[in-house]
Amino acid sequence: MLDDMDRRILRHWQADAGLTPAELADLTGLTAGKVSRRIVRMQEAGVVQGVAAVVDWAALGYTVEVSLRITLDKTQGNAFDRFLDEARKLPEVIEIQTFLGRVDVRLSVIARDMAHYQQIYRAGILTLPHIADIEALMHVARIKSDEALPL
Amino acid sequence: MISLDEVDHRLIRSLARDATQSAGALGRHLGLSQPATWRRIKRLEEAGILRGKRLRLNREALGFGVTVFLGVKLATKGRVSLEDFERAVSAIPEVQTVEHVLGLYDYRLRVVARDLADFERVLRRRIMTLPGAGAVEANVLLSEERLTGPLGL
Repeated sequence: MLDDMDRRILRHWQADAGLTPAELADLTGLTAGKVSRRIVRMQEAGVVQGVAAVVDWAALGYTVEVSLRITLDKTQGNAFDRFLDEARKLPEVIEIQTFLGRVDVRLSVIARDMAHYQQIYRAGILTLPHIADIEALMHVARIKSDEALPL
Repeated sequence: MISLDEVDHRLIRSLARDATQSAGALGRHLGLSQPATWRRIKRLEEAGILRGKRLRLNREALGFGVTVFLGVKLATKGRVSLEDFERAVSAIPEVQTVEHVLGLYDYRLRVVARDLADFERVLRRRIMTLPGAGAVEANVLLSEERLTGPLGL
C-alpha cells in the first residue's frame, strides 16, 4: 500500500508530469534514488501507469469537438458490443465511455470544421448499429482539464 | 498551422503512449538523429500540438472507485456570472475536468469519489451549492477507452 511519502510524490508529479526523479527528490526532501525506487514500486503495483503527452487536436486543425450522448436499443441482445466494435473503427472518435444512467454511451468526436463534422455524422455515426437516440453537446471551451486526483 | 509529415505523426503517436522516452530513443525508432528528433519535438511543442504531459494513475488502486459525469445547467442565465461559476467549480478538488458546452447542458464535469456515498457528499455539499447551479444530470462511468484518433494510418 501507499504511504504519505508516496502520496506526496504523486501530488507533485501529478501537478507537473514532466518532473524528473531528481526534481521530485528536491520537492519531497528524499534522495533521487529513493524517489526512483518508490516510483518503480508504484509502477509494479499498477498505481502509476505512465506519462503521456497531451495532444491538442485543435492545434492540429480539428477545431470542432462534439460530445454525442447515445441511448442504445437494448432489446437487441448484443447491442453494446456491436455498437462499440463499429464505433472504434471511426477514426474521428477519440473517446468512448459507457455509463450507468440516462445515457448508455458517449462518444467524443472531432472534426476539422462543421462541414466535416456533418459528413462524419451522416456517413459514420448515423450508420452505427442499435442507436435509439442521440443528443449532441457542442464543445465550447475547456475550463479545467488536468484530470488530477484529489490525493 | 504548421505542416506535418508522416514522421511527425508517428512521433506524436509515440509520445501520446509514453512521453518519458528520450529524443535519442525516439530517434532510433524513427530513423532520425537525436538532434533532429529533438528539433521536431520542440517544433510540435511551440505549435501547441504537444501541450504538456499527463501522469496516468490507476484511480481504483488509489481508492477512487467511482467516476461520475455531471451535466449541469445554470439556473438563472444572465444573472450569474459564468466566470464565478467556473472559478468555484474548478476549485473543487474532486472535479477533474470542466467543459463549457452548448446543448442540453451548459457544463460537463468529471467528478471522482471514493464510493457512491462520497460522491453524494461532493454533489450535495459542493456542487449543488455552486453559484447558479440548476438542474444536474449524473451518469456513472462504467468503462472508458481513449483512441489514437485520426492521426493516421
